Amino acid sequence: MLKKFWMTLFSILLLIGVAACSSQSSTEPSKKAAANKKEHVTLLNVSYDPTRELYEEFNKSFAAYWEKETGQKVSINQSHGGSGKQSRSVIDGLEADVVTLALAYDIDAIADAGKLDEKWQERLADNSSPYTSTIVFLVRKGNPKNIKDWDDLLKRDVSVITPNPKTSGGARWNYLAAWGYALEQNSGDEQKAKEFVEKLFKNVPVLDSGARGSTTTFVERGIGDVLIAWENEAYLAINELGKDQFEIVNPSVSILAEPPVAVVDSIAKKHGTEEVAKAYLDYLYSKAGQEIAAKNYYRPRNEDIAAKYADKFPDIKLFTIDDVFGGWKKAQKIHFDDGGIFDQIYKP
Amino acid sequence: METSNLVEVTSTRVRNFMLAPIRKWLLIGVALSFLGIFIFIPLLAVFSEALKKGIGLYFAAIIEPDALAAIKLTLLTALIAVPVNTLFGVIAAWGITKFNFKGKNMLITLIDLPFAVSPVIAGLVFVLLFGTSGVLGPLLEANNMKIIFAVPGIVIATLFITFPFVVRELIPIMQEQGSEEEQAALTLGASSWQMFFRVTLPNIKWGLLYGIILCNARAMGEFGAVSVVSGHIRGLTNTVPLHVEILYNEYNFAAAFAVASLLALLAIVTLVFKSIVEWKTKRNDHGER
Repeated sequence: MLKKFWMTLFSILLLIGVAACSSQSSTEPSKKAAANKKEHVTLLNVSYDPTRELYEEFNKSFAAYWEKETGQKVSINQSHGGSGKQSRSVIDGLEADVVTLALAYDIDAIADAGKLDEKWQERLADNSSPYTSTIVFLVRKGNPKNIKDWDDLLKRDVSVITPNPKTSGGARWNYLAAWGYALEQNSGDEQKAKEFVEKLFKNVPVLDSGARGSTTTFVERGIGDVLIAWENEAYLAINELGKDQFEIVNPSVSILAEPPVAVVDSIAKKHGTEEVAKAYLDYLYSKAGQEIAAKNYYRPRNEDIAAKYADKFPDIKLFTIDDVFGGWKKAQKIHFDDGGIFDQIYKP
Repeated sequence: METSNLVEVTSTRVRNFMLAPIRKWLLIGVALSFLGIFIFIPLLAVFSEALKKGIGLYFAAIIEPDALAAIKLTLLTALIAVPVNTLFGVIAAWGITKFNFKGKNMLITLIDLPFAVSPVIAGLVFVLLFGTSGVLGPLLEANNMKIIFAVPGIVIATLFITFPFVVRELIPIMQEQGSEEEQAALTLGASSWQMFFRVTLPNIKWGLLYGIILCNARAMGEFGAVSVVSGHIRGLTNTVPLHVEILYNEYNFAAAFAVASLLALLAIVTLVFKSIVEWKTKRNDHGER
């Protein structure tokens, strides 16, 4: 009995050895680097709420690409949730090789915890945001409340759905988009902008904790006249839940939302996945990656792909957070930290 | 004279009240319709929503790899949590009811702690304990061990949440029975193990089973605490309740309800088992007397 066990174990080990050798010898010199590594690697991508469909498609494409390039199999695990919450989980020990979050501040927080280089945003092109998005309105079919622009959200009889800026990245973009519009209308008067946003939030009956939650509130439960949402989220809601029920309204001005991506250095190093993690993010910038982003209603950075999908992404005048608010850290501190402007104006 | 009159009047009133058929049916009707609206209809809705897109899609949603992984993880969690809590439950109940020691009341209160604290707090406690910046975080990291955002964390959170079920069931039974029978067994020369398996266990078996059933139902259904420590990695750290939430948030309503119907089925099976156990317990009690 015992002898049989040892024989089996021995033959299994032998088989593994043979397999390892044969894969080693069959690789071309250019692929040698990869052949020295494990045959199969796993990446964990910790992402925010609305990117589920995007990364489902992208991960398949990347796995095929990586196997073709290096012969190494890669499987990518996904975790989704509110951007701020996900960032907190990574800080607490969720071992993400890469993070793809809703806004730079949430990755800054991970960097502050010492898990990646503070200058992470300079490592990849376009502020480390391979795709962008913006904030639009989703209204019920026929636009019964005749909502055309940000001003219309302040009307007395309009009920507005947006998530909680304290917990949701998307909600912070929503808030800042409204603020930016008001600034522009009032030639930079901060006080007027504050009044504008305060009035807007008076029309918000419920604050969900994440963008997906707000969408379900608006779409499934039928609450509210207008949903302030990510452009990609609005498109998805229309496609998944009925073109005959909702339509998208593009405001005259909105914010350029740049959801950034980064390799979490310390964790990738520990897992030995630095190379594949970097390639994963680089692939987001490739033509294939950009096309998948565009198909999932994220605005691609690549101009050729952007031109190809131009009909999906109407020209909205977009301002950036750096121009109007001086970057995320500043905006976060002034508007969303405890005792900030949001706390002052939002009294349910 | 006056008092006896009063008693008579009251008793007639009571009799009239109890006998009036309208009142009787009204009360039963209210109770039943409440039950129907708040329990039966939602339960029905889960199944009808799950089967909305056909039985084929129903099973497809259940055997989909991520769903299967969630089911496996949930079963694994229950398979660890229930036996461990059964063992410790029996030991704790034994210690508390058969011996006297200082701080006994304190211990009983502590056992109830998982019932008293919100599951979210329970989850956060483990994040604070095992997280990177937690008390044991650096030690775990140095030894390359993962507790939270991995399977061990989910098991630990479930163990914590489901701990009181068995103990709470056993304490009253063991208290009522006292230790005379055990003492008699020992006097007659039984070993401790013989005493436990021949005397104690048969006395508590139905209560024990009842505790195990409740413990299992909660272990499989727990959402809050597990959600905090899970990390929500699809196919790896998602339990069935978490998977339902994910599917729902992906607009995959039919699949979400299909998986949710598994939990509803579990609840029904639990209730059936529970009734059988209750019925058996009652019959046992009568048999003894």
